[in-house]
Amino acid sequence: MSDTAIDEKNVNIRFAGDSGDGMQLMGSLFTDSTAISGNDIFNLTDFPAEIRAPAGTIPGVSGYQLRFADHKIQTPGDNTQVLVAMNPAALKANIQNLVSGGILIYNSDSFTARDLKKAKYLENPLETAELLQYRLFGIPMTELTLQAVKNLELTQSAAKKCKNMLALGIIIWLFSKPVKPIEKWIADKFVKQPLSAEANTLALQAGYSYAEVSELFTEQYTVAHANLTHGHYRKVTGNQALALGCVAAAQLANLPLLFSGYPITPASTVLHDLSQYKNYNVKTFQAEDEISAMCATIGAAYGGSLAATITSGPGLDLKSEALGLAIMTELPMVIIVVQRAGPATGMPTKNEQTDLLAALYGRHGESPLPVLAANKPHDCFYSVLEAFRVAIKYMTPVILLSDGYLATGADAWHLPEIKDLPDLAPIFLTKAEDFTPYQRDPISLARPWVKPGTPGLEHRIGGIEKENGSGNISYDPDNHQQMVDLRKNKIDGVLADLPLPEILGKDQGDVLVISWGSTLGAVATAVEQLQTEGAAISAMHLQYLYPLHNGIKFIAKSFKYILIPELNTGQLWKLLRMEFLLDAVPYNKVTGQPFTVTELVAAMRELLAECEKTYDKHQPLR
Amino acid sequence: MTKTKLTRQDFTSDQEVRWCPGCGDYAILANMQRVMPELGIPKENIVFVSGIGCASRFPYYMDTYGFHTIHGRAPAVATGLKLSRPELSVWIVTGDGDGLSIGANHLIHLLRRNLDVNVLLFNNRIYGLTKGQYSPTSEVGKITKSTPNGSIDRPIDAVSLALASQATFVARCFDVDAAGLQSLIKAANQHNGTSFIEIYQNCNVFNDKAFAHISDRDVRADKTVWLEAGKPLLFGNNNDKGLVRDANGFSVIDVKSAADLQKVYVHEPRHGDSSYAFQLSQLSYPDFPVPMGILRQVEQPTYENCLQEQVDASIKKNGQGDLQTLLNSGTVWEM
Ligand code: SF4
Repeated sequence: MSDTAIDEKNVNIRFAGDSGDGMQLMGSLFTDSTAISGNDIFNLTDFPAEIRAPAGTIPGVSGYQLRFADHKIQTPGDNTQVLVAMNPAALKANIQNLVSGGILIYNSDSFTARDLKKAKYLENPLETAELLQYRLFGIPMTELTLQAVKNLELTQSAAKKCKNMLALGIIIWLFSKPVKPIEKWIADKFVKQPLSAEANTLALQAGYSYAEVSELFTEQYTVAHANLTHGHYRKVTGNQALALGCVAAAQLANLPLLFSGYPITPASTVLHDLSQYKNYNVKTFQAEDEISAMCATIGAAYGGSLAATITSGPGLDLKSEALGLAIMTELPMVIIVVQRAGPATGMPTKNEQTDLLAALYGRHGESPLPVLAANKPHDCFYSVLEAFRVAIKYMTPVILLSDGYLATGADAWHLPEIKDLPDLAPIFLTKAEDFTPYQRDPISLARPWVKPGTPGLEHRIGGIEKENGSGNISYDPDNHQQMVDLRKNKIDGVLADLPLPEILGKDQGDVLVISWGSTLGAVATAVEQLQTEGAAISAMHLQYLYPLHNGIKFIAKSFKYILIPELNTGQLWKLLRMEFLLDAVPYNKVTGQPFTVTELVAAMRELLAECEKTYDKHQPLR
Repeated sequence: MTKTKLTRQDFTSDQEVRWCPGCGDYAILANMQRVMPELGIPKENIVFVSGIGCASRFPYYMDTYGFHTIHGRAPAVATGLKLSRPELSVWIVTGDGDGLSIGANHLIHLLRRNLDVNVLLFNNRIYGLTKGQYSPTSEVGKITKSTPNGSIDRPIDAVSLALASQATFVARCFDVDAAGLQSLIKAANQHNGTSFIEIYQNCNVFNDKAFAHISDRDVRADKTVWLEAGKPLLFGNNNDKGLVRDANGFSVIDVKSAADLQKVYVHEPRHGDSSYAFQLSQLSYPDFPVPMGILRQVEQPTYENCLQEQVDASIKKNGQGDLQTLLNSGTVWEM
């Protein structure tokens, strides 16, 4: 089809409907069928901000976005090529992201005066010029669904509920995907409700046949198999990966896990997931508040469990005093912060990277701790393992940053073999001559981990400054200086384990893009695109935000410009300037939305053009 | 390593005790060190967890495991510890500011969850460590550094709060009542669930004699009633007064005859209805004797056991979790 925006290498489709329309299920089943047929995938979901918004209204719209491709992809895509809108509100909420020439498939039965009014359309958009730039496919989905299941003894509303399957059948045909895996899923899911199984299967098949025989569509599309590393894959959201990472860390450390949390968007689903994994030696504790969740984590670490807590920005603020206690008592634990738009309540379901400096510096006193950030949904899994590795080795709390985009976004995860995962087993001190609680390992500077219950090693710890070694209360000025230095040196020592952050591209050139966290996918995609065009641009993505690798400043010297794109007002930019006197150009956005590749490419081009214009290429700036 | 018979000395740490001379905390510490050997718990299995305040220095002086945490948070730290290590004997030491002001929320939730831990709340009705501001248990009109014109907020009663939080073991005692204190520590240790003991403690520096009007030898019998399970609520020098209870609550009678004695209410800490204990907790000076001893003691499942049961049930139902199976769950495809 020459006149469409469909690129068979890479399709971005969005399912939108009322939150009761089953869009998430439809999206996730379609994702499975694309993944099974060999495409790489990346998906984003957006749930309504309100819990029970009235049906048919814009606040009630639920969306599922999937990008599938015949090559490796790292983002959910900047805009949509295919929009499936189950009602006028879904259309209104999503049409602005549909590219000109894109396919709009809508449920024509829902474009009634009543539904149009609920969506606050003054005129029926189908009858105005507004949609002329798209390829429109109106399908009476409700009617077709009712027809398909008319021989079953279903109530009208139960019958109508199957229309997501009808729509799915249409899309499955349109993209030449197999229908069998979905039929199997339905059979498995509704094994105890044969009537529902039959109704959903009939609707699915009816959609498929309708697309095939109605001649509405003149073409089918095929997105070829992507050439990915051989192995087993699954789809995983960042939050699912965090939960799995915690279970894995407990198994790899051979310790029970106590996971404490207080409900907060967008972190809560990790607590939900873990509460279902109790047979993995996992205990979850929903605390009375954020402070309690943090303190229970400290108590569990003191008791010798693997201990973790999860929160978002507002909770991090509340946890900060107790984090100081964790630093002072030098106990191992992981604090996961799934960032959201702030300050105060902000926009809980929207995405930002605005808690970086809070994670690094949001505590009183000199209170350093390692801070690292996950960069892809599946990377959340490995980040948890790394956070625990460092926590245990260095006897320190570690903050792991994720964000709302990673939390609900999903990518294809090449599943690891357990034997390839790191061994996290700690060594507990059980016997010692002349034991003191703050004796230190000469290399890591870590103090020993001693479990209460160990005979002969009874000791007291607490938040008051300790005498180095003995752990006794001390107000001695020199001792305080020494302990402040020791605590910092210990954390700086984590660098000994860390390789120089990888460079995407050459290690010298015009522009070096430095980024962190969830922007990796968009940044790397943008940089790769410009590299194919021949630009002298490279990227370096930081996993650790504290301690910062010294090598960063040396690499930066080999580039004329440093660009730091962030979803905040320049927090890493400030940090690198402060630590390394790095003269970098910030590129910031704080809209609650992730970067698009397009805007990053534009920002990079601008800086590349600056290089051409202002400076002789052979004359380094620094 | 564990000696079969421990002594008071075994529970005394090498740290110099730093309370003001004459402070009521000394007596509490001495009684604790004296009782501990009788509890039969290996000392490595005992952990004292405290918050911030004079009372919270306590763990440093006990030669057990100890954790001096931050202001108000001892119950939360202890909760994590107990969930992680249910077999440990955990003792929380807090004060009126620590436990009823900054940390009141944690205290309430600890009590309602009924973890098997023990709480000792040293109530001296003043902030001592910060040098004398009124506390949430100070009486109205208290003149302190921060309330030169007298405090205007009404005091909270620790025992009433504990009862309202559905605590399963609630008791009260004086720092100077060695026998009473020791018996309560033992009973608390025996109790399966959260034990809460409020200890009226004298701060001789900033709030001296705050309890003298009820604790002094010459008035104690008249101004307090020692609660004993199954015994009538008698008080006074020769047990010549008693508490009777009717629809209007409690009233005091003189007990001169066997008939009078019949009318006196018999204390039952296991009373199914907690409003009885609450009513008791509301008896206050000067109209009533202040109840001391165990107000309420009932059996309820402990939080850590319930949680462990869920873990066990999950293992029984699903088998011991296999990590590879978990990672590979959901739709898995091969490339
Ligand atoms: S200030 Fe009061 S409570 Fe604190 S140690 Fe001194 S006497 Fe005891």
